[in-house]
Amino acid sequence: MKIAVIKYNAGNVQSVLYALERLGAEAELTDDPEKILNADKVIFPGQGEASTAMTYLKARKLDQLIREINQPFLGVCLGLQLLCEHSEENNTECLGIFPVKVKKFIPENSQEFKVPHIGWNELENLADNVLLKDLPDPKFLYYVHSYYAELSESTIATTHYIHDFTAILHRDNYWAIQAHPEKSSTVGEKLLSNFLSI
Amino acid sequence: MLTKRIIPCLDIKDGRTVKGVNFVQLRDAGDPVELAKIYSDEGADELVFLDITATVDKRKTLAELVTKVAMAINIPFTVGGGISTVEDVKVLLNAGADKISINSAAVKNPGVIDEMAREFGSQCIVVAIDTRDVDGTDYVHTHGGRKPTLLKTQAWAQEVADRGAGEILLTSMDHDGTKAGFANELTAEISAALSIPVIASGGAGTMPHFKDVFTFGKADAALAASIFHFKEIPIPELKSYLIGEGISIRK
Repeated sequence: MKIAVIKYNAGNVQSVLYALERLGAEAELTDDPEKILNADKVIFPGQGEASTAMTYLKARKLDQLIREINQPFLGVCLGLQLLCEHSEENNTECLGIFPVKVKKFIPENSQEFKVPHIGWNELENLADNVLLKDLPDPKFLYYVHSYYAELSESTIATTHYIHDFTAILHRDNYWAIQAHPEKSSTVGEKLLSNFLSI
Repeated sequence: MLTKRIIPCLDIKDGRTVKGVNFVQLRDAGDPVELAKIYSDEGADELVFLDITATVDKRKTLAELVTKVAMAINIPFTVGGGISTVEDVKVLLNAGADKISINSAAVKNPGVIDEMAREFGSQCIVVAIDTRDVDGTDYVHTHGGRKPTLLKTQAWAQEVADRGAGEILLTSMDHDGTKAGFANELTAEISAALSIPVIASGGAGTMPHFKDVFTFGKADAALAASIFHFKEIPIPELKSYLIGEGISIRK
């Protein structure tokens, strides 16, 4: 099985590659359209800022490529936000795979709720979905983000911080996780291995 | 619900784990990669690797060690010690570190915080602040806590947050190594004033010390070293205790 990890100007990509390696998967970091279109699975990782990332993707026509992919596709963290319609982060038009808006966390009480939302938080309201099969309990994932995707019809799991937000999205061949599965111990490992088995 | 984090700190010298009492006497506590794996399996929420000799000896933290750790564990980790430039940060993040922490370099040139946050995002920039009480006022110290500065701790914490730090790692040099508890008052004051998370460090000796720093100290995370390295407090036991005390903790 060939896994393409999309190479663009986003941080934290190495950890995703190591996590896949630990699962025994063969992954290649690439921005070669040929390789991405011919991979069995595609992973779109990321950490960074939305508008810079979108500018980079458009300049290399990776935005179009991502919309054309038919294989199982997984967005992670910023990857999830870029797959949405629009992000409040520098008012950015995103890829629009999910008709969902990305908003900034606004705490009512900044002493109680710090932004970014950093740390381990729990998955809740899990739908019956192949990605969520047999996750170990308790289902904690590691989060680092200041923006979140609103709840939507594509939401298949939520997490609570200030309010409920979208933890995981699914539509057709696209899945996306707001947390960092590559850094989320056994629960994250199971999410990744579930994705690899789709 | 977001949980409070327990963070073992691995002080590194020459590729080995050490812990100084008040940062001066050093004891060898093993192989960092092996220790990291054990902590990760035991339920540590995050790890911090601090190259404690880096600033003093002007050495750079070994990127090879970072890569080995990143390949071995599946929880986040921060690397600090002797980091001063955007290029230093790039090397460590590319090697697999999730966050980096800067200390003396930020004091020397505060603009570097803005620069790093702009380049890599606030989420991976931790500013470490070593603080010591000088005649009733808390002042920032650098170089492993040895060198006093004219910066007042609270004001500096606010400045680094404004400049784009994603988290603050606050070490009380007065408490470090004493095992008498964290600096709860100062931690609470800073945590309440800032909108970014504060990691409390220095003084952990018993399980109730952790409860105190999460409640009275309003800390988002607590860091300790020797009590974990020498198995005085096993992490699973600490977590069960804190859950029993009503603290939100990842099991």
